[in-house]
Amino acid sequence: MGQPTSKQILLIKTVLFFAALLPLAWLIWDGVQGRLEPNPVEAITHRTGDWILNFLLLTLTVTPLRKLSGLHWLLRLRRMLGLFAFFYACLHFTTYIWLDQFFLMSEVWKDIAKRPYITVGFTAFVLLFPLALTSTNAMVKRMGAQRWRRLHRLVYVIAIAGVLHFLWLVKSDIRSPLIYGFLLALLLIMRLPAVNQRITAFQRA
Amino acid sequence: MIIKRASDIKSSEITDKSVYLRRREFLKAAGIVSAGAAIPGLLVARAEAAAQKLIYKKNAAFRPNEKLTPYQDVTTYNNFYEFGTGKADPARNATNFKTRPWTITVEGHAKKTGTFDLDELIKPHALEERIYRLRCVEAWSMVIPWVGVPLADVIKRMQPTSKAKYVQFETLHDPEQMPGQRGFLGGGLQWPYVEGLRMDEAMNPLPLLAVGLYGEVLPNQNGAPVRLVVPWKYGFKSIKSIVRIRFVESMPQTTWNIAAPHEYGFYSNVNPEVDHPRWSQARERRLGEGSFFAPKRPTLMFNGYADQVAHLYRGMNLKKFY
Repeated sequence: MGQPTSKQILLIKTVLFFAALLPLAWLIWDGVQGRLEPNPVEAITHRTGDWILNFLLLTLTVTPLRKLSGLHWLLRLRRMLGLFAFFYACLHFTTYIWLDQFFLMSEVWKDIAKRPYITVGFTAFVLLFPLALTSTNAMVKRMGAQRWRRLHRLVYVIAIAGVLHFLWLVKSDIRSPLIYGFLLALLLIMRLPAVNQRITAFQRA
Repeated sequence: MIIKRASDIKSSEITDKSVYLRRREFLKAAGIVSAGAAIPGLLVARAEAAAQKLIYKKNAAFRPNEKLTPYQDVTTYNNFYEFGTGKADPARNATNFKTRPWTITVEGHAKKTGTFDLDELIKPHALEERIYRLRCVEAWSMVIPWVGVPLADVIKRMQPTSKAKYVQFETLHDPEQMPGQRGFLGGGLQWPYVEGLRMDEAMNPLPLLAVGLYGEVLPNQNGAPVRLVVPWKYGFKSIKSIVRIRFVESMPQTTWNIAAPHEYGFYSNVNPEVDHPRWSQARERRLGEGSFFAPKRPTLMFNGYADQVAHLYRGMNLKKFY
């Protein structure tokens, strides 16, 4: 497959944009249908949390997939995937602070300071801001590609913190966080220089 | 010690034998239910229609002025890891669970040990309904009308000896019927599920051996055919589908305590001042109240049963014995 035209990219991006909103639409639909009962706050928190991790992993899949497939235009979808991780993180955090804690800020700060899973989750959320704010083309230009790339390596820290947040909150059934952890480890290993070189060599062969 | 003789019990208080017999029809109906399991709405409708009514007396002492959690919520949002770790899993996976015939083995330091048929064990007692708050360790709560018999009355008939300092309970271990007990990691718990009470806790009037809720035979996902209800302790102490009762001298090793000793103690009394290491226990979300724009409510000491049970822990450091 050759390089798609700008028009085709725009179409792909538009489809991706609406597809990325489907989890939210599905959540709202389930809410309207009463399927989030009897603990809707928990259901909303878990579902938005799952989609943060899904979008983070998808974002991190772009580079290795691009290298393996040679479809370099995939890179042009990465920003949107990352921003949707941020979007679902905002929903997740709003659910926590509003529906779960009811803006009881004393409780929220205590949670953030005392509960390791909330500490790492909140840290990941805060770290998403500089990435979201510097995601525009103008910001890349202003910062310079080198510095921009260095800053955006924070996404590795964010993804690890996100998986830890999930792992540390479950009571005993750690299967789901382990799956996320395994996939994340795989994506990170593919970025190790030694592995990366092999992927490049494999591509050229 | 009062052991009720049959003549002490009004006939109206005794569960009619035909009611017990008709449970078998319920089971048959439940078998049909599983065929309709693909359509959740239909499943609920049929299960409700098939549910077996019990004959019981309402205990006026336990009718708090609190809104009951709807039947639908009580029976579809369950922690019963034997049938899966998701809240909706037990209602889905327990439809074919066989609850008759059911025996309970009584062992250890008691005079009346042996294996007893559940119906024979319950029959000498009058079923009563008690509305209890249920506080889960995960910081949500429900208000449930249980039907059962006081645990203390049943234990008295087993005649525990002076060596019995604790009573230990075990859930059925049957991976064939309980998918949560099969396979990789098994939900992270060791099977069979074990719980226990100190003897004085067990002999307190509050703990109930429940065989029903909302006036009907206990749904499988709620711990059928017989479960413990200890309302001043976190929900996981209220062990489900009991097959073994053992009177022992030393404190039993309980399932969640083995899984995470610094998080789940033997006592596990509801206590807003002692947090779970990973989350606060100061407040709780009452489920089934309609709007999720309702703030959480403060958790009460001993789940609001301090008058009945606080004396059991006098002089104990409840932060240490969590």
